[in-house]
Amino acid sequence: MRSQTRRRSSALALALATTLVVAGCSQKEAGDTGDDATGSTSAAADLSIVPAVQIDVTGAEVEAGEAMEPADPAGDGSATCAGVSIAMAGALTGPNAALGQNILYGAQVALEKHNEANAGCQVELKSFDTEGDPQKATQVAPQIVGDASVLGLLGPAFSGETNATGSIFNQAGLLTLTASATNPDLTSNGWGTFYRGLANDAIQGPAVAKYLVDTLGYEKVCVVADNSDYGIGLAEQINEGLGDAADSSCAAEVKTGDKDFAATVQIINGADADAVFYAGYYAEAAPFVQQLRDGGVEIPFVSADGVNDPQFVSQAGSAAEGAVLSCPCGPAPEEFAAEYEASAGQAPGVYSTEGYDLMTIMLLGIDSGVTDRAGLVEFVKSYEGSGLARSYKWDEVGELESALIWMYNVE
Amino acid sequence: MSGGLIHAMVVAEPLIGFDIAALARNFWALTVDGLTYGAVYALVAVGYTLVYGVLRLINFAHSEVFMIGMFGQYAVLMLLGFGPSGNAYDLGIAMTVVYLVIALVGGMAISGGVAVGLERVAYRPLRKRGAQPLVFLITAIGASFVLQEFVHFVLPRLTGDTLGGVNAQQPIRLVVPETQFTLFTANVTNVTIIIIVSALVLALATDMFINRTKFGRGIRAVAQDPVTATLMGVSRERIIVLTFLIGGLLAGAAALLYSLRVPNGIIYSGGFILGIKAFCAAVLGGIGNLRGALLGGLLLGVMENYGQVLFGTEWRDVVAFVLLILVLMVRPTGILGESLGRSRA
Repeated sequence: MRSQTRRRSSALALALATTLVVAGCSQKEAGDTGDDATGSTSAAADLSIVPAVQIDVTGAEVEAGEAMEPADPAGDGSATCAGVSIAMAGALTGPNAALGQNILYGAQVALEKHNEANAGCQVELKSFDTEGDPQKATQVAPQIVGDASVLGLLGPAFSGETNATGSIFNQAGLLTLTASATNPDLTSNGWGTFYRGLANDAIQGPAVAKYLVDTLGYEKVCVVADNSDYGIGLAEQINEGLGDAADSSCAAEVKTGDKDFAATVQIINGADADAVFYAGYYAEAAPFVQQLRDGGVEIPFVSADGVNDPQFVSQAGSAAEGAVLSCPCGPAPEEFAAEYEASAGQAPGVYSTEGYDLMTIMLLGIDSGVTDRAGLVEFVKSYEGSGLARSYKWDEVGELESALIWMYNVE
Repeated sequence: MSGGLIHAMVVAEPLIGFDIAALARNFWALTVDGLTYGAVYALVAVGYTLVYGVLRLINFAHSEVFMIGMFGQYAVLMLLGFGPSGNAYDLGIAMTVVYLVIALVGGMAISGGVAVGLERVAYRPLRKRGAQPLVFLITAIGASFVLQEFVHFVLPRLTGDTLGGVNAQQPIRLVVPETQFTLFTANVTNVTIIIIVSALVLALATDMFINRTKFGRGIRAVAQDPVTATLMGVSRERIIVLTFLIGGLLAGAAALLYSLRVPNGIIYSGGFILGIKAFCAAVLGGIGNLRGALLGGLLLGVMENYGQVLFGTEWRDVVAFVLLILVLMVRPTGILGESLGRSRA
């Protein structure tokens, strides 16, 4: 009995080995179509997210305004001030820490430039960790307000925490200049102190949708959304903007945390669409785009700021090639990227440029002689100038007058 | 990136659509894909079912044994010199096979080791003290968290941020899917063939091991009647270790096969959903029943795929669990019944 089993086991082992050999053979065939089989990685190894063009809310491409020189945090070097500081609030630890750190490190670059040039005006940057959690943020907010040296706040970083703390800062008359909170409703609270340094979600969705239809000429787009608030909200705006081009027969909803999209891939495979739009985050987008490509779906993959992260490219590998990603966030110019890397020890990420630009604006305010919180709010209200990412001029509710969306390509 | 955008349900559209045309059009492709995932469910489900059969314990930490298997095979490939480029390797026949087998063995060894270690550290002390079944269950859930958080927080520190952490591993792709032949209308790729055939071979080997060997007889004896089995000279402790080992080995193999299909799914939280599905598959087939687990896994994989196309992708889990409920209403012990020890197994 036992010897018989052993014989059968070895037969099974042999069968397993044979399968692997067969599979390996076909692998070779696949490999032979390439130019060499050296055991190294195939082509398309160095992909990155490259800025392509800015679009406005109608989806039309906007030429980059080269004319204006970005504001320099160093100023003329003759500023005088004493005992003033600027606060930064956002997630600095926890799962969303990367975003908060991107903003903080960007602001630090501006601060270093300023303090180096202005011996008579040493501003301090005080960071407050909210972990991105509205509840934590409401505990942190009184500390910021209570620190008399704080003239302005860079942040809060996320929409939820901004919503939870906005009235506290408003009552204290403290300027809150956010580099990343994009929920459209935030500026309809009547807070006189809230200013947003980038386009909000109500612009991104329609802008990208119109860009796909009017500029790129897609006639049929499959919209795939995850079940997060962000994904559902974005998909709704995209669907609205796409109008008839959004094909409900190949629309799909997936769950955050899912890694297996076989059925969705099949649905899209049979749809003969011009593009796929994914409303969600990179953790699902990476396996999704890879399974699309593995499944033979070669149409363009379009997504938004939730996917616009180097992690998307690193996890999806060559499948990420050609993906089109939108973001209200601006790209980091080369010189800034080098300064940032020298200061922070890592490459700039999403919202780093906004962190730098907005910090610069507040520092210029201090340099102009502002000594109290009300003065800084007034300064920002009437500010008009160019930054690294865009030009900044706010309307009466605190939105940018010209809010543009950046389109990026993975190449 | 914001949350809290309020969205209203579109009233005009029906709540559930029945897209039978799409199902018919994609039927074979969905079947093949479903069997591929079902094969992975099935291998993981064996771990749940064997441990339940022997200990009457639902080992919720088994999904983490699977997850660690994914990291195990990944680490083995890294040690073999593969860089995580996210791009496909092109090694030719023999080397691809060799590396696949080494990764398979590595994944199995690590998962098997973790499963046995888990039994030793978490469950054996409880057994020695005669703890209540509920205590085992809570311990299993606790062990699951410990393993997840280990990979989440501790592993990146131990490995200098090359393994674990908050993001998924950058994929190492050994086999790139290439269509080999067309079955009816479905394209069958080399990856699909590897997964389904390897899973079948492993399932058959396990079935033979349980039903034909002395050790398998021991497992069945303990499952049927632990007291009598002990009186007859079967070492219960040794059988329990063996049961965890088999479950772990198969979870490790499943981890490699899954990683071939979803190379970017290697993340600390990556075992959870799959583990729930595999447990569901085990119950569907009849928990404690080896062949039931295999059948349940394949069935669940296929039905889930059909259901997503028929009703819409958001109904995926609803389909899986409604199927489970319907089967349990008709056959409360699952499709093939519950017993590991009896002749049905």
